[in-house]
Amino acid sequence: MSDNHDTASMQDHVRVYLMVFGALGVLTVVTVLASYLKLSTSEGIFLALIIASVKASLVLGYFMHLITERKMIIWILVMTVFFFFVMIFLPLISNIDHAGNPTQWWKVL
Amino acid sequence: MNIPYVVEEREDTGLINSKLGIWIFLASEVMLFGGLFSAYIFLRMAALPGDFERWASELSVPMATVNTVVLISSSVSMVMAWASLKMKDFSKYKMYLGITIFCSFVFLTIKYFEYSGKFAHDIYPSSNTFMAIYFTLTGLHVLHIIGGLVVMLYFYFPISHKMWDKQPEQFTNRIEVFGLYWHFVDLVWIFLFPVLYLL
Repeated sequence: MSDNHDTASMQDHVRVYLMVFGALGVLTVVTVLASYLKLSTSEGIFLALIIASVKASLVLGYFMHLITERKMIIWILVMTVFFFFVMIFLPLISNIDHAGNPTQWWKVL
Repeated sequence: MNIPYVVEEREDTGLINSKLGIWIFLASEVMLFGGLFSAYIFLRMAALPGDFERWASELSVPMATVNTVVLISSSVSMVMAWASLKMKDFSKYKMYLGITIFCSFVFLTIKYFEYSGKFAHDIYPSSNTFMAIYFTLTGLHVLHIIGGLVVMLYFYFPISHKMWDKQPEQFTNRIEVFGLYWHFVDLVWIFLFPVLYLL
Protein backbone atom coordinates (compact mmCIF):
# COMPACT_ATOMS: atom_id res chain seq x y z
CA MET A 1 0.00 0.00 0.00
CA SER A 2 2.76 2.37 1.04
CA ASP A 3 4.82 1.44 -2.04
CA ASN A 4 1.81 2.13 -4.29
CA HIS A 5 1.32 5.48 -2.60
CA ASP A 6 5.04 6.35 -3.05
CA THR A 7 4.92 5.38 -6.73
CA ALA A 8 1.80 7.49 -7.33
CA SER A 9 3.45 10.42 -5.53
CA MET A 10 6.62 10.05 -7.65
CA GLN A 11 4.52 9.93 -10.82
CA ASP A 12 3.12 13.34 -9.85
CA HIS A 13 6.71 14.55 -9.44
CA VAL A 14 7.61 13.17 -12.86
CA ARG A 15 4.77 15.18 -14.44
CA VAL A 16 6.15 18.33 -12.78
CA TYR A 17 9.70 17.55 -14.01
CA LEU A 18 8.43 17.27 -17.59
CA MET A 19 6.57 20.59 -17.28
CA VAL A 20 9.73 22.25 -15.93
CA PHE A 21 11.69 20.72 -18.84
CA GLY A 22 9.23 22.32 -21.28
CA ALA A 23 9.47 25.67 -19.49
CA LEU A 24 13.30 25.58 -19.60
CA GLY A 25 13.20 24.83 -23.34
CA VAL A 26 10.84 27.74 -24.01
CA LEU A 27 12.96 30.10 -21.88
CA THR A 28 16.11 29.07 -23.80
CA VAL A 29 14.39 30.09 -27.05
CA VAL A 30 13.25 33.35 -25.39
CA THR A 31 16.85 34.05 -24.28
CA VAL A 32 18.13 33.69 -27.85
CA LEU A 33 15.26 35.76 -29.33
CA ALA A 34 15.76 38.50 -26.72
CA SER A 35 19.38 38.88 -27.85
CA TYR A 36 18.07 40.09 -31.25
CA LEU A 37 16.07 42.94 -29.67
CA LYS A 38 17.48 46.42 -30.13
CA LEU A 39 18.45 47.06 -26.52
CA SER A 40 21.27 48.95 -24.90
CA THR A 41 24.06 46.84 -23.35
CA SER A 42 22.82 47.38 -19.78
CA GLU A 43 19.18 46.61 -20.79
CA GLY A 44 20.36 43.47 -22.61
CA ILE A 45 22.37 42.30 -19.59
CA PHE A 46 19.42 42.98 -17.27
CA LEU A 47 16.96 41.04 -19.46
CA ALA A 48 19.33 38.10 -20.05
CA LEU A 49 20.09 37.80 -16.34
CA ILE A 50 16.38 37.95 -15.44
CA ILE A 51 15.60 35.07 -17.84
CA ALA A 52 18.65 33.08 -16.65
CA SER A 53 17.58 33.63 -13.02
CA VAL A 54 14.06 32.32 -13.75
CA LYS A 55 15.60 29.22 -15.40
CA ALA A 56 18.00 28.77 -12.48
CA SER A 57 15.11 29.07 -10.00
CA LEU A 58 13.22 26.31 -11.83
CA VAL A 59 16.25 24.00 -11.73
CA LEU A 60 16.97 24.81 -8.07
CA GLY A 61 13.35 24.59 -6.97
CA TYR A 62 12.22 21.45 -8.78
CA PHE A 63 15.21 19.39 -10.00
CA MET A 64 17.23 20.12 -6.84
CA HIS A 65 14.10 19.99 -4.64
CA LEU A 66 14.80 23.26 -2.85
CA ILE A 67 11.09 24.05 -2.49
CA THR A 68 10.72 21.12 -0.11
CA GLU A 69 14.24 21.13 1.33
CA ARG A 70 15.24 21.49 5.00
CA LYS A 71 15.95 24.91 6.47
CA MET A 72 19.64 24.15 7.00
CA ILE A 73 20.22 23.82 3.25
CA ILE A 74 18.31 27.06 2.63
CA TRP A 75 20.50 28.86 5.18
CA ILE A 76 23.69 27.52 3.60
CA LEU A 77 22.48 28.90 0.26
CA VAL A 78 21.41 32.26 1.70
CA MET A 79 24.89 32.68 3.18
CA THR A 80 26.47 31.59 -0.12
CA VAL A 81 24.44 34.11 -2.13
CA PHE A 82 25.30 36.88 0.36
CA PHE A 83 29.05 36.23 0.15
CA PHE A 84 28.81 35.76 -3.62
CA PHE A 85 27.43 39.31 -3.97
CA VAL A 86 29.98 40.66 -1.47
CA MET A 87 32.74 39.08 -3.58
CA ILE A 88 31.37 40.61 -6.78
CA PHE A 89 30.26 44.04 -5.58
CA LEU A 90 32.97 45.08 -3.10
CA PRO A 91 35.72 45.28 -5.72
CA LEU A 92 33.19 46.64 -8.25
CA ILE A 93 32.30 49.57 -5.99
CA SER A 94 35.96 50.21 -5.31
CA ASN A 95 36.69 50.19 -9.04
CA ILE A 96 33.85 52.62 -9.78
CA ASP A 97 35.18 55.00 -7.11
CA HIS A 98 38.30 55.29 -9.25
CA ALA A 99 36.55 55.17 -12.62
CA GLY A 100 33.81 57.80 -12.27
CA ASN A 101 30.47 58.56 -10.72
CA PRO A 102 29.69 55.82 -8.14
CA THR A 103 25.97 56.61 -8.19
CA GLN A 104 25.75 55.49 -11.83
CA TRP A 105 27.58 52.19 -11.54
CA TRP A 106 25.47 50.45 -14.18
CA LYS A 107 26.78 52.76 -16.91
CA VAL A 108 30.21 51.14 -16.80
CA LEU A 109 28.80 47.72 -17.63
CA MET B 1 31.84 -0.89 7.22
CA ASN B 2 28.63 1.08 7.60
CA ILE B 3 28.83 4.80 7.01
CA PRO B 4 26.58 6.59 9.54
CA TYR B 5 23.63 8.77 8.46
CA VAL B 6 23.62 8.00 4.75
CA VAL B 7 20.12 6.50 4.88
CA GLU B 8 18.52 7.78 8.07
CA GLU B 9 18.61 11.51 8.79
CA ARG B 10 20.59 13.02 11.64
CA GLU B 11 18.38 14.44 14.37
CA ASP B 12 20.30 17.73 14.66
CA THR B 13 20.45 18.63 10.94
CA GLY B 14 17.40 16.72 9.72
CA LEU B 15 19.53 15.64 6.76
CA ILE B 16 21.62 12.70 5.63
CA ASN B 17 25.33 13.53 5.84
CA SER B 18 25.98 13.09 2.12
CA LYS B 19 23.32 15.66 1.20
CA LEU B 20 24.68 18.22 3.65
CA GLY B 21 28.18 17.51 2.31
CA ILE B 22 27.26 18.01 -1.36
CA TRP B 23 25.44 21.29 -0.62
CA ILE B 24 28.49 22.66 1.22
CA PHE B 25 30.64 21.55 -1.72
CA LEU B 26 28.25 23.28 -4.15
CA ALA B 27 28.47 26.45 -2.04
CA SER B 28 32.25 26.39 -2.57
CA GLU B 29 31.64 25.84 -6.29
CA VAL B 30 29.42 28.94 -6.40
CA MET B 31 32.34 30.96 -5.04
CA LEU B 32 34.76 29.37 -7.56
CA PHE B 33 32.61 30.23 -10.58
CA GLY B 34 31.52 33.49 -8.91
CA GLY B 35 35.16 34.61 -8.76
CA LEU B 36 35.52 33.99 -12.49
CA PHE B 37 32.23 35.78 -13.28
CA SER B 38 33.58 38.68 -11.22
CA ALA B 39 36.78 38.58 -13.32
CA TYR B 40 34.60 38.67 -16.46
CA ILE B 41 32.85 41.85 -15.22
CA PHE B 42 36.18 43.57 -14.49
CA LEU B 43 37.74 42.58 -17.79
CA ARG B 44 34.65 43.81 -19.64
CA MET B 45 34.70 47.12 -17.75
CA ALA B 46 38.38 47.60 -18.58
CA ALA B 47 38.03 46.61 -22.26
CA LEU B 48 37.64 49.12 -25.10
CA PRO B 49 33.95 49.87 -25.86
CA GLY B 50 32.48 47.22 -28.14
CA ASP B 51 35.54 44.96 -27.85
CA PHE B 52 33.81 42.16 -25.93
CA GLU B 53 30.75 42.28 -28.22
CA ARG B 54 32.98 42.01 -31.30
CA TRP B 55 34.87 38.96 -30.00
CA ALA B 56 31.67 37.36 -28.66
CA SER B 57 30.27 37.55 -32.20
CA GLU B 58 33.02 35.08 -33.20
CA LEU B 59 31.31 32.41 -31.09
CA SER B 60 28.68 30.06 -32.49
CA VAL B 61 25.27 30.86 -30.96
CA PRO B 62 23.51 27.89 -32.71
CA MET B 63 26.06 25.42 -31.27
CA ALA B 64 25.73 26.92 -27.79
CA THR B 65 21.90 26.90 -28.04
CA VAL B 66 21.95 23.20 -28.95
CA ASN B 67 24.34 22.57 -26.05
CA THR B 68 21.95 24.40 -23.70
CA VAL B 69 19.08 22.15 -24.77
CA VAL B 70 21.35 19.08 -24.47
CA LEU B 71 22.38 20.00 -20.94
CA ILE B 72 18.81 20.78 -19.84
CA SER B 73 17.76 17.39 -21.30
CA SER B 74 20.55 15.69 -19.35
CA SER B 75 19.35 17.41 -16.18
CA VAL B 76 15.78 16.20 -16.63
CA SER B 77 16.95 12.65 -17.47
CA MET B 78 19.11 12.69 -14.32
CA VAL B 79 16.16 13.59 -12.10
CA MET B 80 14.07 10.95 -13.92
CA ALA B 81 16.79 8.36 -13.15
CA TRP B 82 16.49 9.20 -9.46
CA ALA B 83 12.67 9.14 -9.64
CA SER B 84 12.84 5.68 -11.29
CA LEU B 85 14.89 4.37 -8.36
CA LYS B 86 12.34 5.84 -5.94
CA MET B 87 9.71 3.86 -7.87
CA LYS B 88 11.96 0.73 -7.61
CA ASP B 89 12.31 0.51 -11.39
CA PHE B 90 16.00 -0.25 -11.99
CA SER B 91 15.74 -0.80 -15.75
CA LYS B 92 14.24 2.67 -16.24
CA TYR B 93 16.94 4.11 -14.01
CA LYS B 94 19.58 2.60 -16.31
CA MET B 95 17.78 3.95 -19.38
CA TYR B 96 17.60 7.51 -18.00
CA LEU B 97 21.19 7.42 -16.72
CA GLY B 98 22.22 6.19 -20.18
CA ILE B 99 20.44 9.19 -21.73
CA THR B 100 22.27 11.52 -19.32
CA ILE B 101 25.62 9.95 -20.25
CA PHE B 102 24.75 10.25 -23.96
CA CYS B 103 23.83 13.94 -23.50
CA SER B 104 27.11 14.69 -21.76
CA PHE B 105 29.02 13.06 -24.64
CA VAL B 106 27.02 15.15 -27.12
CA PHE B 107 27.82 18.30 -25.10
CA LEU B 108 31.56 17.48 -25.08
CA THR B 109 31.53 16.68 -28.82
CA ILE B 110 29.89 20.01 -29.68
CA LYS B 111 32.36 21.77 -27.39
CA TYR B 112 35.22 19.99 -29.15
CA PHE B 113 34.01 21.30 -32.53
CA GLU B 114 33.60 24.79 -31.05
CA TYR B 115 37.13 24.84 -29.63
CA SER B 116 38.74 23.33 -32.72
CA GLY B 117 36.90 25.88 -34.89
CA LYS B 118 38.49 28.66 -32.85
CA PHE B 119 41.96 27.09 -32.98
CA ALA B 120 41.63 26.65 -36.76
CA HIS B 121 41.16 30.42 -37.02
CA ASP B 122 44.18 31.08 -34.78
CA ILE B 123 41.99 32.13 -31.88
CA TYR B 124 43.50 31.03 -28.57
CA PRO B 125 43.09 32.02 -24.89
CA SER B 126 46.13 34.26 -25.39
CA SER B 127 44.49 36.12 -28.32
CA ASN B 128 42.58 38.67 -26.23
CA THR B 129 40.96 39.11 -22.81
CA PHE B 130 37.51 37.99 -24.01
CA MET B 131 38.88 34.70 -25.33
CA ALA B 132 40.98 34.30 -22.17
CA ILE B 133 37.93 34.46 -19.90
CA TYR B 134 35.80 32.49 -22.42
CA PHE B 135 38.23 29.56 -22.49
CA THR B 136 38.77 29.72 -18.71
CA LEU B 137 35.05 29.69 -17.86
CA THR B 138 33.98 27.14 -20.45
CA GLY B 139 37.13 25.03 -19.85
CA LEU B 140 36.42 24.82 -16.13
CA HIS B 141 32.81 23.95 -16.93
CA VAL B 142 33.95 21.20 -19.34
CA LEU B 143 36.19 19.77 -16.58
CA HIS B 144 33.08 19.57 -14.37
CA ILE B 145 31.22 17.74 -17.16
CA ILE B 146 34.11 15.25 -17.54
CA GLY B 147 34.21 14.71 -13.75
CA GLY B 148 30.46 14.08 -13.71
CA LEU B 149 30.76 11.74 -16.69
CA VAL B 150 33.33 9.57 -14.87
CA VAL B 151 30.99 9.24 -11.87
CA MET B 152 28.00 8.46 -14.14
CA LEU B 153 29.93 5.74 -15.96
CA TYR B 154 30.74 4.19 -12.57
CA PHE B 155 27.05 4.23 -11.67
CA TYR B 156 26.07 2.85 -15.08
CA PHE B 157 28.29 -0.23 -15.05
CA PRO B 158 27.58 -3.34 -12.92
CA ILE B 159 30.41 -2.66 -10.45
CA SER B 160 28.15 -0.21 -8.58
CA HIS B 161 24.96 -2.30 -8.80
CA LYS B 162 25.76 -4.54 -5.82
CA MET B 163 24.72 -1.69 -3.57
CA TRP B 164 21.28 -1.54 -5.22
CA ASP B 165 20.80 -5.24 -4.39
CA LYS B 166 21.97 -4.91 -0.78
CA GLN B 167 21.16 -1.29 0.22
CA PRO B 168 18.72 0.20 -2.30
CA GLU B 169 17.97 3.29 -0.18
CA GLN B 170 21.63 4.19 0.14
CA PHE B 171 22.09 3.70 -3.62
CA THR B 172 19.07 5.94 -4.32
CA ASN B 173 20.53 8.62 -2.04
CA ARG B 174 23.86 8.41 -3.86
CA ILE B 175 22.09 9.07 -7.15
CA GLU B 176 20.19 11.98 -5.62
CA VAL B 177 23.42 13.52 -4.29
CA PHE B 178 25.19 13.07 -7.62
CA GLY B 179 22.11 14.54 -9.31
CA LEU B 180 22.49 17.70 -7.23
CA TYR B 181 26.04 18.09 -8.58
CA TRP B 182 24.85 17.49 -12.15
CA HIS B 183 22.03 20.05 -11.88
CA PHE B 184 24.57 22.56 -10.57
CA VAL B 185 26.70 22.01 -13.69
CA ASP B 186 23.55 22.70 -15.75
CA LEU B 187 22.89 25.80 -13.62
CA VAL B 188 26.36 27.22 -14.34
CA TRP B 189 25.79 26.77 -18.09
CA ILE B 190 22.43 28.56 -17.84
CA PHE B 191 24.39 31.69 -16.84
CA LEU B 192 27.46 31.09 -19.04
CA PHE B 193 25.36 30.86 -22.22
CA PRO B 194 23.86 34.40 -22.24
CA VAL B 195 26.88 36.04 -20.59
CA LEU B 196 29.46 34.72 -23.06
CA TYR B 197 27.47 34.16 -26.27
CA LEU B 198 24.63 36.68 -26.32
CA LEU B 199 25.73 39.87 -24.54
